[in-house]
This record gives sequence, structure tokens and C-alpha cells, in this order.
Amino acid sequence: MLLSLPALHLQTSEYHPLLQLPHGRLGPWCSPTGSPAPLSREPGCGEGSWILVCRLLVPTQVSLLSMEEDIDTRKINNSFLRDHSYATEADIISTVEFNHTGELLATGDKGGRVVIFQREQESKNQVHRRGEYNVYSTFQSHEPEFDYLKSLEIEEKINKIRWLPQQNAAYFLLSTNDKTVKLWKVSERDKRPEGYNLKDEEGRLRDPATITTLRVPVLRPMDLMVEATPRRVFANAHTYHINSISVNSDYETYMSADDLRINLWNFEITNQSFNIVDIKPANMEELTEVITAAEFHPHHCNTFVYSSSKGTIRLCDMRASALCDRHTKFFEEPEDPSNRSFFSEIISSISDVKFSHSGRYIMTRDYLTVKVWDLNMENRPIETYQVHDYLRSKLCSLYENDCIFDKFECVWNGSDSVIMTGSYNNFFRMFDRNTKRDVTLEASRENSKPRAILKPRKVCVGGKRRKDEISVDSLDFSKKILHTAWHPSENIIAVAATNNLYIFQDKVN
Amino acid sequence: MFARGLKRKSADGEDSPPAPPSYSLQRQSLLDMSLVKLQLCHMLVEPNLCRSVLIANTVRQLQEDLSLDAAWRLPAPPGAGRGPLERLVSTDILCRSPWEQQGGHSAPDSGGSPAPDLCELPGAPSAQAPRSAPGCAWEADRPRGGFQASLDQILETLESRAPRAAEGLFADVDGPYYDLDAVLTGMVGAKAVPGDGFEALASAGAPPPGSSCKRDLGELDHVVEILVET
Repeated sequence: MLLSLPALHLQTSEYHPLLQLPHGRLGPWCSPTGSPAPLSREPGCGEGSWILVCRLLVPTQVSLLSMEEDIDTRKINNSFLRDHSYATEADIISTVEFNHTGELLATGDKGGRVVIFQREQESKNQVHRRGEYNVYSTFQSHEPEFDYLKSLEIEEKINKIRWLPQQNAAYFLLSTNDKTVKLWKVSERDKRPEGYNLKDEEGRLRDPATITTLRVPVLRPMDLMVEATPRRVFANAHTYHINSISVNSDYETYMSADDLRINLWNFEITNQSFNIVDIKPANMEELTEVITAAEFHPHHCNTFVYSSSKGTIRLCDMRASALCDRHTKFFEEPEDPSNRSFFSEIISSISDVKFSHSGRYIMTRDYLTVKVWDLNMENRPIETYQVHDYLRSKLCSLYENDCIFDKFECVWNGSDSVIMTGSYNNFFRMFDRNTKRDVTLEASRENSKPRAILKPRKVCVGGKRRKDEISVDSLDFSKKILHTAWHPSENIIAVAATNNLYIFQDKVN
Repeated sequence: MFARGLKRKSADGEDSPPAPPSYSLQRQSLLDMSLVKLQLCHMLVEPNLCRSVLIANTVRQLQEDLSLDAAWRLPAPPGAGRGPLERLVSTDILCRSPWEQQGGHSAPDSGGSPAPDLCELPGAPSAQAPRSAPGCAWEADRPRGGFQASLDQILETLESRAPRAAEGLFADVDGPYYDLDAVLTGMVGAKAVPGDGFEALASAGAPPPGSSCKRDLGELDHVVEILVET
């Protein structure tokens, strides 16, 4: 059961070298397609270079916060605090996303709420606080709905959040549940007009007969208030569950993808959308494949990719035709006959697809691996990384307890040199594409003290278990890291573990 | 790891210790598990289409494998035991406790790995048995009663049930998911069969003689019971 955890805003501590720098201290590494090398026992080796910046609880609880020192409560939006002391299922984080500058970090949860964190501004007085994120705004994005036609409840869980690039003082983001996409505007208000003639200070109307002088209202500073307003609601365009949204590089359109269709929207128009991909068969009995994820190319506004449950990726060009049912490129790796089993198809199903920032590569995540594909080579990926190959012999049990259907996400770092994805037991993995090194880290309360350096973890596959290793059978499959995010330019990562948001950082020096 | 082309030895039931589950037992239990999952899917709020599709594809694959397998299997001597019907036991039991072979088993183990390991499939059945052969094999030697009839019953039930189970799932996906009757109807592949589809299946299956029919119904009742409990 989930227990409440005190929210901690932890001090950042000593910094450590960047993961990318060639450094002998990095932990175990493995070749992309080979099995991991054994953990080296050299002194000093195995010390990870990531430290915990802060662990944030969604939602925060004021009563427990007061126990901690140096808490800046100024920006916490009190209206969404809860009385009960147990974290509920509604608090489970279902999506995490940095905005384009990395200043803001948005999370969506199962209860339909969006919580936005803002990075602590660097100041000369408190240089240690730089890198911390505090609550900036909280709002209820989606409510549970009831579809009367189908007699079905529509979950309010936020499936995805995507930021729009900032064009003025306000921030805009798209958030979606299974059926409806909403555009939210998040803006600050730090001044208010005072000195109305017809209203008094509390806003009550004044009797005109009592007014003897006229004055001009002036703007006076007030306590910072962050307000979120829904600017657009894009509804009723999806029969199936929306799994992805992606903002186009033209900043005028975006797409939303469900299991069988992809729609293209204009931000200004909410009552219609263009259907650009439709893989629904005429006879539903012939359905064998669904869309699992989709994304626009970061630079070419006519290009997008979508992945399927059969492990294929299709790249489409919207200039070719209005309905992009025929792909321009088709990415599929031939099946490895030695690894074939009844579960082969299920574990090949792609759960996430992401373009690199450069736009040259795409990364896909299936159940056991992460693959990097070159857009110019369709017949196989250029790199394959084993996330948790030790699960290959456990597929039957994982099928039985449904874990085999878990959808893990994957992310690139800002320079496309490191990729990250989650695993079970609150482990997450990073792979350095250049040095071919990888590391397994854990996002957990017990092992993360403030200022602590994250220790690399290792799963023992068989034979003798070393002291710090954990055996496959001891893994906790209920603790899964499905959602992670990487700051667009710095080595700051956000990792969502159930209702906890962990923020880790490397030192930049 | 089970080599696909190996001839299966017939095992003697007397002094075999509780053997690790044979390939076909594992396959059968996986099939049962999958079918139960499909059913449960539709009892939930709204099924996850991706998950349903993946499970349905797995069922199809298993069923294809099962039917290819049947082409190779020679009829066992009568009195070899109740055979695979016994294996329609609770998925629960099969997947958790150490498995025991029930009575005389029809699909003797080829001495493969001890681990209950369906994760290692023999390479793609390049068994080039022409499709017509299995069908003929079934129709040709279908002795009444005994092992073979039981196997036939299973295969036919699965044949008629499983592919349409997958189809029936999606046939109505635009409509209310809650409509369990529609699902069961779809699974049976018959028109508007109210209530329990399984019993309809039993009668809709190939015309067996009275004794196997009764036994089938008994077994199907058992399956229904399990589904209702789960």
C-alpha cells in the first residue's frame, strides 16, 4: 500500500563530473548488443555521478513541510492540498515533461491533475538551491466523464503532456486523457488594479450616491499568483484511447494518436481535425495491429513517425497524400529465430518512440530493449541496448501478472549522446551511446539520502550473488519506472516512481 | 528447449515422478490463461485495445501451434487415460504449483528442459505438413471415446472458440464494451445465444457420442465455474 511520505526539498550537494566526460570512475558498461560485463571491483569504480536533488511528492502537504527547514512555501498553491495522510491511487504520476527551456517541469497524474514545478532561480545568496524544483502551479486538467452512449466511464488519467514553445510571458501546454486534449495557459499575475470608483477594496459595489471624488485605478504589486486557464478543448475526435500527442515544429498544428487513428489539429480550431492515419480494418475481426506511439519530426513539419504493437515503425510524409496510410519508410528488424517464443510478438510491441533532438535518429522502446534507428536505414536498428534481459526467462510469469504489457518510455539527453529508460524495482537505466557504458540507478526513498551519490545497482542473474547485487527473484515488479524526462540542455533528470517525483542532477562545472 | 521434430516417447505412468510440465501442457495452460484474460478484459470498464490485440494474437499463435502439433501426433492406445481433458484445470493451479502429469498423458515429454519454460519455443515449425493433412488426420481417425475423442473435442472447441474469440472481441468494439452477452455471442460465433456461451459450444461442437458429450459438459461446467470465480 502507498504510504504518505513527507515532502522534502533537499539541498543540492557536492557535484560530480558529467556522465558524458570520459571518466574512469564510471560504473559497469556493456556493449550495445552483448551481455553486461561483470561489475568491476576497483576501488572508486562503480561510484555513480548522479546525485539526488529533490524528491517531490504530489501533492505536497503543508503540515509535514513545516518540519523541514528552508522551505519556500510562497509558491505552493494551497488549494489542492489534501487532508488525509495516505497517498491514493489518484496521485500516481502518469506523465512527466520538461518544457523547452527546462525551467518548468510538468507532471500529470491518474487523478487528472497537472502539477507544474519551476526551477529555483540561481541567486548569489543561495547558490546551493540552484537546480531545485518547487511547485509552481497545480490544476485539475481533466475530470472523470461518463460516456452515456456507450455506458462507459472515461478515465481522467493524464496520458501525456506536451509543452508549446514559449512565445510570450505565458506558458502553454497540451494535456490529454483517453479522449480529450486540452490546451492550458499558465500565466503569472503579480499586480492587481486598485482604486476602483464603483467597487470598494473588497469588490463590493459602492452606492454611487456616496462617491464624491473620482480616481484612476492603479496597478499595485501583489503576491505572485499563478493561474491556469483552459484555452482550447479538442474533444470528440477519438473513438479509441489517445496514447500520444505531439506538437509540430510549425507551432501551429499538433497531432493526437489513438490505437487506430491519428488526427491532425490546428491549435485555433477545436471543432474539426484532419485524420491522417487510419489503420482500422473494414472488418474489425481482422484487427491484429494497433498504433502505440507517434511523434512529429523535430524540424520537418511534414514528417512524423508512428510505432505499432508488432514492433514496426512507419515514417510518413504529409505532403505525399492527405491520408498517410502508405508509409514513406518502414522500419522493422527481422526476428531472431533463436529467441522465438509465444511471447515474441508481445515483447516486440513498441511502447514509446522518440526522435533525437537532431532529427537524424529515432529511439524505440520495446519490452526488453531500447533501439536506436538511423532514419536512412530501415532494415535494422543501428544500436540495441538490453534493458533487463534477465527477464527473458521469466516471460511466462510476467505474462500472467500482466507486467509484460507495461509501457515503458525512453528519453534522449540534450545532446543525443545518452539515452535513458526505466525498469522494475524502481530501477532506471542510462546508456551512453559514445562510450558504450551503461548504468543502473535506483529511485527510492531508502537509498537516497540528501547529498547522497547514487550508487549504481546491479541485478545478479545467476550463480553467486555479490554483496550489493539483487537477484532477479527479489525484484519488486510493482515498483516500475515508466515515465522519465531529461532536461533539454542540462544533466537534470526527472524520474517518476508511483507518486514520487525524483530529480537528479550532475554537476556542471 | 524442445526440438520441434523429435518423436515423442510414450511415457509409462506408473513410476514416473511428478514430471516437469510437458511442452503441450504448458502450451495448453498458456492458451487457457490467454482465453481467461480475454474474457476478463471485457468484464472491466473498458478493455485496453492494445492488450486485447496482443493476447488475441498470442491465442491464434498457440492455436496454430496446437493444430500443427495434432498433425504429428499418432493416436495413442485406448485406455491411455483421460488425456488432455484433465488438463482443463484451473489456470491458477497450473501456473503456480509444481505441475504433475495427470494420469497417463498423451503428450509425453521429449525429455526437454526441466524448467516450465514456454519461453523457449522450438524454431518456427518448419514442419511442412500440408494443411490438408491435419484435417484429414482428425476426420479419418476419430475413434469414439477414449483419448482421441477427448483430444478432438478440445481441438474442435478451441478451433471454433479461439479464432472467433479474437474476432468476436473486435467485432463490436465500436459498440458498448460492457455488453458481455455480445462478447459471448461473438465468441460462440452463433447468433444471439443468450447466457453462457460455453454450454452452447459444447452442443455446437462436433457431434460426439453420448458419453463423451456428458464428460465434455462436465468439463465445460468446470471451466465456466473457474471463469465465474475469477
